[in-house]
Amino acid sequence: MKLGSRWLPWLFIGPALFLVGGYLVYPTLNTIYLSFFEVPFGPRPEVFVWLENYEYAFTNNQMLIAFRNNLLWLVLFTLLTVSLGLILAVLLDRVRYEALAKSIIFLPMAISFVGAGVIWKFVYAFRPAGQPQIGLLNALLGLSSPQFQPEAWLIDKGTNNFALIAVGVWIWTGFCLVILSAAYKGIPRELLEAARVDGANEWQVFRKIIIPAMSSTIAVVATTMVINVLKIFDIVYVMTSGDFDTEVIANRMYKEMFLLRDFGQASAIAVILLLAIVPVMLVNIRRFQEQEATR
Amino acid sequence: MASVTYDHVTKQFGNVTAVNDLNLEIKDKEFLVLVGPSGCGKSTALRLLAGLEEITSGNIYIGEHLVNDVPPKDRDIAMVFQSYALYPHMNVYDNMAFGLRLRKTAKPEIDRRVKEAAEILGISPLLDRKPRQLSGGQRQRVALGRAIVREPKVFLMDEPLSNLDAKLRVQTRAELSKLHQRLETTFIYVTHDQTEAMTMGTRIAVLKDGLLQQLDTPQNLYDHPLNIFVAGFIGSPAMNFFPARLLGEDSQVYLQADSFRLKVPAERAGKLVNYRGQEMIFGIRPEDIHDRALASSVSQDAVVKAQVEVTELMGSEVFLYLSTGKQNFTARVEPRTSARPGKPVELVFNMERMHLFDPNTEERID
Repeated sequence: MKLGSRWLPWLFIGPALFLVGGYLVYPTLNTIYLSFFEVPFGPRPEVFVWLENYEYAFTNNQMLIAFRNNLLWLVLFTLLTVSLGLILAVLLDRVRYEALAKSIIFLPMAISFVGAGVIWKFVYAFRPAGQPQIGLLNALLGLSSPQFQPEAWLIDKGTNNFALIAVGVWIWTGFCLVILSAAYKGIPRELLEAARVDGANEWQVFRKIIIPAMSSTIAVVATTMVINVLKIFDIVYVMTSGDFDTEVIANRMYKEMFLLRDFGQASAIAVILLLAIVPVMLVNIRRFQEQEATR
Repeated sequence: MASVTYDHVTKQFGNVTAVNDLNLEIKDKEFLVLVGPSGCGKSTALRLLAGLEEITSGNIYIGEHLVNDVPPKDRDIAMVFQSYALYPHMNVYDNMAFGLRLRKTAKPEIDRRVKEAAEILGISPLLDRKPRQLSGGQRQRVALGRAIVREPKVFLMDEPLSNLDAKLRVQTRAELSKLHQRLETTFIYVTHDQTEAMTMGTRIAVLKDGLLQQLDTPQNLYDHPLNIFVAGFIGSPAMNFFPARLLGEDSQVYLQADSFRLKVPAERAGKLVNYRGQEMIFGIRPEDIHDRALASSVSQDAVVKAQVEVTELMGSEVFLYLSTGKQNFTARVEPRTSARPGKPVELVFNMERMHLFDPNTEERID
């Protein structure tokens, strides 16, 4: 019994400890370790290079483009998914076919991101002017205006990043909508009615009552979106593979790792990505704990 | 300060008629209570006036203005909700100042009005608190304060006391009456509680199934209910009803119930000539039934023998739950009574205060 009481807790916690340790802690530590080495492909020994990998990561032209694009994604993607989700949640509450509309907007979540990438590659497809446009977007715009010149959405550096972000927004808005809609329905109707009687127009009710009442949910959804977008990979990989200045950090890491076989360099990029995500995670965890505490 | 007029107002939700052809003229500075059982349409009537629901047909006027299509924010009304509906992210001061800020009232003026209202309601020390840090009674005061600072034409209150405990409810009832005298504004108050209606209302409108049953002063409503519903709804404990037949001739008119016979007073009997031999519903309030042993002058024609089922001592009086024949009824007698559960008792009915109703139309017969 004495033996049992000492070992029993370990028996229960053991599998979880093994999984977290073996598949999370060890790889993380090993990645950090590797990021300080040049790891040759083959049997030759690793060479300690101190911060050379990081220096490369912060000076290489493709990496700088990736940083810029990730920032663009971070701002636009988060802003659009959360605000569209919020606006739709409030507006759809007033229509009769709300459930149907919500299902349709949520539907892209059910498609794999690779699948969504392929679908949108068709939407953005480009043929030179004069040829039949098989891309939905060019075809529609061509129909609506005869002067329209077909646009290479995914190649033109002025539009391609926005075209990719639009796909991300298309996929994730439904998720934001569903969570925010649940929070909106949790606001007592009398609160909104009180504000209307108090003299607020619909915009003021939205700004001064609805948004503050939903603020904690909005923050959780927004941080979730931020974490999502920092790791953005599949859409870019499938649609442009980072060409034409659409590179993002995760895609760059993939290239260094599996195309160039530079383990040290890939590890350094992985560590940078990890460091970028940790603060957002901390905010999310703290917020979650606060919510639990006030329950 | 304004009058309010409901002119043939009807509100339907799908097939359900919540308010049915309501006509009401509420005078300036009046304290009008809308009372009725749940689902009678009283809250809907109030929400129509607030602009929170759209009218199906009819017109509502505030003062001289037709407000059918005026949004709530432009109606110059203030409303106190049953749940208080305080803005949870604002402190008490901001809750009260919210409506004034939306109207771009000058800052010093907002400050003056909020502090004055807080003073009246005794919530000055709470101005920095958030609603969740307040007790139910304090929240209720803040909700009132939020209405007061607006200085609206009409105050609307939707069961504002129903979330308070019994003692606080009684206390706040009196304070609301005082507030009405002090503010000299039109109050429209919705409740399902007839005691609140009786104690606070200048006039009371009784509703049932969306239909206005009677609109009158509390005293008239109590003494001359127009139908069985109003008679049974107003007054606690409720009025007793017995089916009875009107018998006799000339000045000797009797009410024959299944287990007792009572003489109708001569001055009432004269008006009932046309009803001789007919079935009717005889109503009498519990306080108009006395213990025979304690009654001063007893007419043999007003005595009813009954069995005591339960007694409830209220301190200043005793409620007797009685049965005679197949009928149960209630009497409200002096605590000196010797009536005991399971024992028979002799009671005297004060027939001067009897009520008679037509069993078919359920309307009052005088």
